[in-house]
Amino acid sequence: MSSTEAVAAQPHPDKKLEQVESVVIRFCGDSGDGMQLVGGLFTNVSAVFGNDVSTLPDFPAEIRAPVGTLAGVSGFQLHFSSHDIFTPGDEVDTLVAMNPAALKTNLGDLRRGGTLIVNEDEFDKGNLQKAGYATNPLESDEVISKYTIHRVPMTRLNRDAVAGLGLSQKEVDRSRNIFALGLVYWLYDRDSKPTVQFLNDKFKKKPDVLEANLRALRAGSNYGFSTEAFTTHYQVPRARLAPGTYRKIAGNEATAWGLVTAAKLAGKSLFYAGYPITPASDILHQLSNMKNFGVKTFQAEDEIAAMSAVCGAAFAGNIAVTASSGPGICLKGEAMGLGFMTELPMIIIDVQRGGPSTGLPTKTEQSDLLLAMFGRNGDSPLPILAASGPGDCFTLVQEAVRIAVEFMTPVIFLTDGYIANGAEPWRIPKFSDLAPISVVHPHGAASPGQFATEENGHASNGNGEGEPEFLPYKRNEKMARPWAIPGTPGLEHRIGGLEKADVTGNVDYSPHNHHKMVMNRCNKVAGIANYIPLQEVEGPPKGKLLVLSWGGTFGAVRTAVENCIAQGKSVAHAHLRYMNPFPRNLGEIVKNYEKVLIPELNTGQLRLLIRAKYLVDAQGHNKIQGKPFLVHELVRKIDETLEG
Amino acid sequence: MSTDAVKTSLPVLTAKDFASDQEIRWCPRCGDYSILAQMKKVLPTLGIPRENFVFVSGIGCSSRFPYYMNTYGFHGIHGRAPAIASGVKVSRPELQVWVITGDGDALSIGGNHLMHMLRRNMGLKVVLFNNRIYGLTKGQYSPTSPVGKITYSTPVGSIDNPLSPLCYAIGSEATFVARSVDVDIKHLTFVLERAAHHEGTAFVEVYQDCNIFNHEAFLYASDKTIKADHILYLEHGKPLVFGKDVKKGIRLNGMHPEIVEVGKGINEDDLLFHDEKASEPSLAFLLSRMRHPEFPEPMGIFRDVAAPIYDQRVTEQIDAEIKKKGPGDFDALYNSGDTWTVE
Repeated sequence: MSSTEAVAAQPHPDKKLEQVESVVIRFCGDSGDGMQLVGGLFTNVSAVFGNDVSTLPDFPAEIRAPVGTLAGVSGFQLHFSSHDIFTPGDEVDTLVAMNPAALKTNLGDLRRGGTLIVNEDEFDKGNLQKAGYATNPLESDEVISKYTIHRVPMTRLNRDAVAGLGLSQKEVDRSRNIFALGLVYWLYDRDSKPTVQFLNDKFKKKPDVLEANLRALRAGSNYGFSTEAFTTHYQVPRARLAPGTYRKIAGNEATAWGLVTAAKLAGKSLFYAGYPITPASDILHQLSNMKNFGVKTFQAEDEIAAMSAVCGAAFAGNIAVTASSGPGICLKGEAMGLGFMTELPMIIIDVQRGGPSTGLPTKTEQSDLLLAMFGRNGDSPLPILAASGPGDCFTLVQEAVRIAVEFMTPVIFLTDGYIANGAEPWRIPKFSDLAPISVVHPHGAASPGQFATEENGHASNGNGEGEPEFLPYKRNEKMARPWAIPGTPGLEHRIGGLEKADVTGNVDYSPHNHHKMVMNRCNKVAGIANYIPLQEVEGPPKGKLLVLSWGGTFGAVRTAVENCIAQGKSVAHAHLRYMNPFPRNLGEIVKNYEKVLIPELNTGQLRLLIRAKYLVDAQGHNKIQGKPFLVHELVRKIDETLEG
Repeated sequence: MSTDAVKTSLPVLTAKDFASDQEIRWCPRCGDYSILAQMKKVLPTLGIPRENFVFVSGIGCSSRFPYYMNTYGFHGIHGRAPAIASGVKVSRPELQVWVITGDGDALSIGGNHLMHMLRRNMGLKVVLFNNRIYGLTKGQYSPTSPVGKITYSTPVGSIDNPLSPLCYAIGSEATFVARSVDVDIKHLTFVLERAAHHEGTAFVEVYQDCNIFNHEAFLYASDKTIKADHILYLEHGKPLVFGKDVKKGIRLNGMHPEIVEVGKGINEDDLLFHDEKASEPSLAFLLSRMRHPEFPEPMGIFRDVAAPIYDQRVTEQIDAEIKKKGPGDFDALYNSGDTWTVE
């Protein structure tokens, strides 16, 4: 077999091929071991094959923590299945650990009887010590009795396979991850063609490195094929997804694509200003690489500048967007208030991470909801939308843009580290099927000295007489003010953070005007409830328990509730995507159940809002570990709540 | 985008066309009035339609400026005018965008934005009203107040070392740096005109009298009876001379400027000659360090050099990428990478 060929799944006379419904696999190693890469490659071949997939990358905040230490462990978990799945899985079926530190931090998640594949060459005294093992755990009775262990000398086998290419030892060892990947490809009967194609593209200009990686992939696979230790391999058949063409998509990617799409649907230019911050930076990267779509990206000097530039670009007539995470959103607060006060359309994306302060930069959390709701001075409510999964980012961010331009307001779009980095299959839409977004700018005068009258005309004396003039704070039926942009003759006007007089927009501090303007702005945002869909409920419309969730926990909560419904329990699920204003039927829904349970990855932020607004005694299930919910913990909590 | 709204035949505009209908609320005799008046005089001469001007400001007395101009205007938040203006300019390079700021707004709370706006060299025009005091908050010392200054927040004198706006601008790689005085009407008009015509970021410091909280802080530079000995008008290609009889000059002694009398064995050729086009900013920096009372303070254009302009480069990169990759195709984007079909 030549090295450019894909690894063929050959039948082996002595080895069984078993069918299983779904598998959770986790790769873990040093952050320099390329675990995210092999995880991504495995996801790709599984998605292309037709499995449903859900992923959970988990990496340290440090780019390169000391090699072999617990702090430097990076992991990638993948759930692939022959049926619909919503989560990356509770328990790991197969754990690939590249060193003792990786084993130590991940072994607890491997299910009893699960498969453990380790690179035994790395289990030397030094590495064991760095991981805090006094003795080799691979030799402990407890580990041996609990799991099916495969001790594979990956470093040595890989060196043998790659020998003779003139690469340094360091370069040779860099392909160890691909050896491991080849082994699990054999174990799960994966077709490696997409990976071979990927390697060919990646190392086009480095034929030696390409050859090394192809050899490593093949050697890993051959090892599984020919070693007696592996007696069985497994097949996970295709999932029965809705017909269509699919691709894998991660949340940040979907957000970026959704933004570019929305701008095009609105017939406007996209201006994006951002400052690098985990886990939002990928949105900046994606958009910076889409200049041929006319996207302008601006890496500002800080979060404040990014938000301020967005205010400027919105004034200038663009679909203006910024993204950050909690600490950055805090810095943006004042300029977000300016955007609210000047009633300009713009999008602020918060890819939530563990807080407070710097917190857990690479871990997920839902703890910025109240920041989004209340994190500005004065009465300054902003519409808030929260995506339920990676693919939903694409759809919902377009909705955010629609609301921003229709209502002339900044809109906050919440995602989180889990859905930003996690991937799932995404049914590819046709651009022509997407709903256009209507943007109306008032026209300018036909000639200098004349004023626009058809959109906004009103006489300065209030009687419809006298000189027509442009009234930048006159509202339409949605209470939105006109979006008149620089360059339009006759509509020159001034906006700013000082309180403005109703209708004219002149600076005005008078008491009754201020009261009226505060109410105008609040009522405008509250009125958006009349233009968004009603809340849907999965399960019985009345019953014992409503589980109410929001944002990135959709998959785990939906799976848990479905499991409970299948067991005949009186449980329903409502998942919120519109966080402010709430859908107008939500108050009714929460009163249709004896109990309301709100699971959140925070101390109970949605619960506070629901209790305050609807006066229901909602209970919480709160997890603040930087990790998403597991299905079984939610099922247990649902059971407890039903019984309690 | 409304580029089509930019007219090809230009109307004849006057200063009056740029006056808004809003009552001006600066204190009577504030230096800001003169700067506003000169701005209204300069704009009609530029051949730019009124609707293509945008004035952006931060917070402070000077930052009320946009309300008094009948152009598009954005009264922003404290210190952030450079960033707001950057958003306008990068997204709409065809607009002429002015930033109006003060010493506290630009150099204290907005110091970071100012530096980055300058180094990027966007086509922005910045006018910094320097009155060496916080006026709107009623009289605290600012980053340009001298050591020893008695204010409400420094009852026994300021111990903060002050900053020169022009040193900061030159250090931040500004391509156009100038200074004028509020009441020096002709000179201020000249400097604003030059700033308006500069293609990159133009930075202008204007000595402005806060007649309430820091009256006559710049008397030495504005009083016609004494200023000749305390300021020096820069002229490109000319020697640095000053004084009532124009008998005094500036000579370089090693790395240091010194004041000399012209005539006593020293002729003009011995003096430092001004070169606003010098690619190295060292001499401009040296001029910006000359401070009253040791030296006459230079007025005029310190530096005016050409450099790549950020907002134009943004557009060029987009054009080049469209040429290279073709205009963005959404269906091709969605279908890029590995895809699979479920029947």
